Amino acid sequence: MRLPALSIGEAGLPVARWRPGLGGVRHAEIFAPGREACGAALALSLALDGMRGEGNKPRDVLWVQDRVSMRLGGRPYRPGLPKPLQSRLIHVLAETCEDALFALEEGVRCRDLCCVIGELAGNPRALDFTASRRLSLAAEKHGVPLYLVRLDAERDLSSARMRWEVCSAPSPRPRWNADAPGMPTWRAELFRARGYPPGTWILHDDGTRLAAAAPDHGDLAAAAGNRSLAAG
Amino acid sequence: MAIWLPRLAIDRWRQVENAEDTGADAHPTVLITETARGIRIEALNHAALEAGARPGMMLADARALCPSLRAVPGDPEGDAAFLARLALWAQRWGPWSAVDAPDGLLVDVTGATHLFGGETRLLADAQALFAQRGLETRLAIATTCGAAWALAHYGPERAIFHHDAMTSVLADLPVAALRLGNDVLVVLRRLGLKRIGQLWGVSRDALQRRFRERSVTANPLLRLDQLLGRLPEPLLPVIERQMPLVQRGLLEPICHRELLDRVIADLASDMERELESGGQGARRLELGMWRVDGEVVVRRLETTAPTRDPAHICRLFADRLDDVDAGFGIELVQLRAPWTEPLSLAQGDIEVEAEAQGTTLAQCIDRLTVRLGEKAVRRPVPFASHTPERAQRWQPPLEPEEISQGLLAFHDRPLKLLDKPEKIAVLYASPDGYPRQFRWRDRLHEVVRVEGPERIAPEWWREKRGTRLRDYYRIEDGEGRRYWIYRQGIIGDGRGGMPDWFLQGLCP
Repeated sequence: MRLPALSIGEAGLPVARWRPGLGGVRHAEIFAPGREACGAALALSLALDGMRGEGNKPRDVLWVQDRVSMRLGGRPYRPGLPKPLQSRLIHVLAETCEDALFALEEGVRCRDLCCVIGELAGNPRALDFTASRRLSLAAEKHGVPLYLVRLDAERDLSSARMRWEVCSAPSPRPRWNADAPGMPTWRAELFRARGYPPGTWILHDDGTRLAAAAPDHGDLAAAAGNRSLAAG
Repeated sequence: MAIWLPRLAIDRWRQVENAEDTGADAHPTVLITETARGIRIEALNHAALEAGARPGMMLADARALCPSLRAVPGDPEGDAAFLARLALWAQRWGPWSAVDAPDGLLVDVTGATHLFGGETRLLADAQALFAQRGLETRLAIATTCGAAWALAHYGPERAIFHHDAMTSVLADLPVAALRLGNDVLVVLRRLGLKRIGQLWGVSRDALQRRFRERSVTANPLLRLDQLLGRLPEPLLPVIERQMPLVQRGLLEPICHRELLDRVIADLASDMERELESGGQGARRLELGMWRVDGEVVVRRLETTAPTRDPAHICRLFADRLDDVDAGFGIELVQLRAPWTEPLSLAQGDIEVEAEAQGTTLAQCIDRLTVRLGEKAVRRPVPFASHTPERAQRWQPPLEPEEISQGLLAFHDRPLKLLDKPEKIAVLYASPDGYPRQFRWRDRLHEVVRVEGPERIAPEWWREKRGTRLRDYYRIEDGEGRRYWIYRQGIIGDGRGGMPDWFLQGLCP
């Protein structure tokens, strides 16, 4: 008899579903549409979520963009960043994908960074499985998490430990002005992960924590239930 | 060290024309320049000198003496550019060199002579190398720049003088050795003062009364003081601290990258010792590579924090050496640190973990800036402005942030801002003023939730008249996408026709 919140992993042991606050993932990929800021926003939320457990002194965040992704989605804007990161952001603008990958790798090797966020557009030739494996290994060796946002990209081969597909979702109505856009809300599908079964969530970030809810559509809820990783 | 190239123009002509091989040098030739009073001889070769021509003569007079004289137009700009390149090349003898127009060089060899085995051998080396390039030189080393110049121009061949022995030799030199203007020299000659020693005989007060000009070229007294080092010489700034400098002369010129890398690794560890002894770390490093054919390749880099770690220095230079053209080989490699900052000795990391945990932030930023450029790695800082795109500026990542007034966050701001607001086509606007439907990047958006307007007036103290105000709206479309849009101007503000709509930011 299986519990609904657990599924059986490849080793035959029950595997817990992903939930916010677990952290511990060093290399995550987030596929997002280029016309929205949801990819970078989810990356920041996941990064902050992963950092909340650690009580270390504040360290800097490296945000690497290539030229195409900057043209698609613009630059980070300090007043709009999450409060704890506003004074800790270092931005790198790389002309090509090769330069961006170099910057990402240098970033994850640096012990004074708390995380590295990358934004790459499309499926560049330089970002193949070898390159992504290099990043995974470096991130895991030095313990600096890497969140790579892929704008308008196909799901290609990658060694990322968690792979998300995200898009914006209608936000809950704010309490005081029901006609205004509410707190950031995304519909995120975890389609491949090491250690977690795939699933879909509606994620909210209210500025203090990341919260997950089951998607309201009945059919998707069933699909996201408790498949094993092998079945996904 | 002062280097005088008395025959620079003609030596250069000889090189350019390849005159020695073609036999053109045997023919009397003069380099001419056009003046208001006619064509004058600038420089001339030995054959022309024997034929009776003299520099400064009119060409017509010289032709009268030697009808077969060949006249070639001089190239003063080319000479000056050549001299500038020579000055760079002359840095092989010292870290600092200057052009002494029109035909001289000054090299600061303070503390560098031991690299060549003493001053005598330094001068011999310099003269031999200049001769190899086909340049006739007169050289002198002295404790002041003025004295070196005087000795190079009027003193014995390859003169070396220290402060105590200098006075007696200098006293015999003509007053022209003081680098004075022509009219002053005429005055001195009329006064019967022909030697520097005679000027010393005159009392200071008398000279002061006679020559009141402030300019050094018109005042012999100032020049005399400069000669003996009583006055600072503005031509060369005094270098208080010696620039850390290490170099390797190579027996066999190198053409290959691996060998060059090894030389640079050696130099970097030499530099580490040099810097460590002074408790310094380098902020700026210059790597000079002297090629066999007389060209110099210089690579410069700056670090964000003082460093003397050889591995780090090698790595930084490695990215910069890909495009070095070794030509026929590199014969001398020099590494210098023109800008250093105190860096005390640090205890090595005891924790093994820390060793394995990668680079520090400063090292990481250095590596990024060396490969991607300084403009590519920056940190956003707030700036006092109401206009959203102006409220954020960029600065180098490790510079301290300027103190600014905290912002009152009444309104949410987008996570990302487009570099240039993009125009959107509003298909249908509600009576309240915000769009119900708009088209952006060829896709239709249905607005379902709106917050706004937030009115931001133009900053009249910055912007020109006629700039329109902006009404910002935070919107969410039917699929949950959140954007930050604005209308530029309002109908009837007298600053243009129908207001346009723009999309400026992407909200999380």
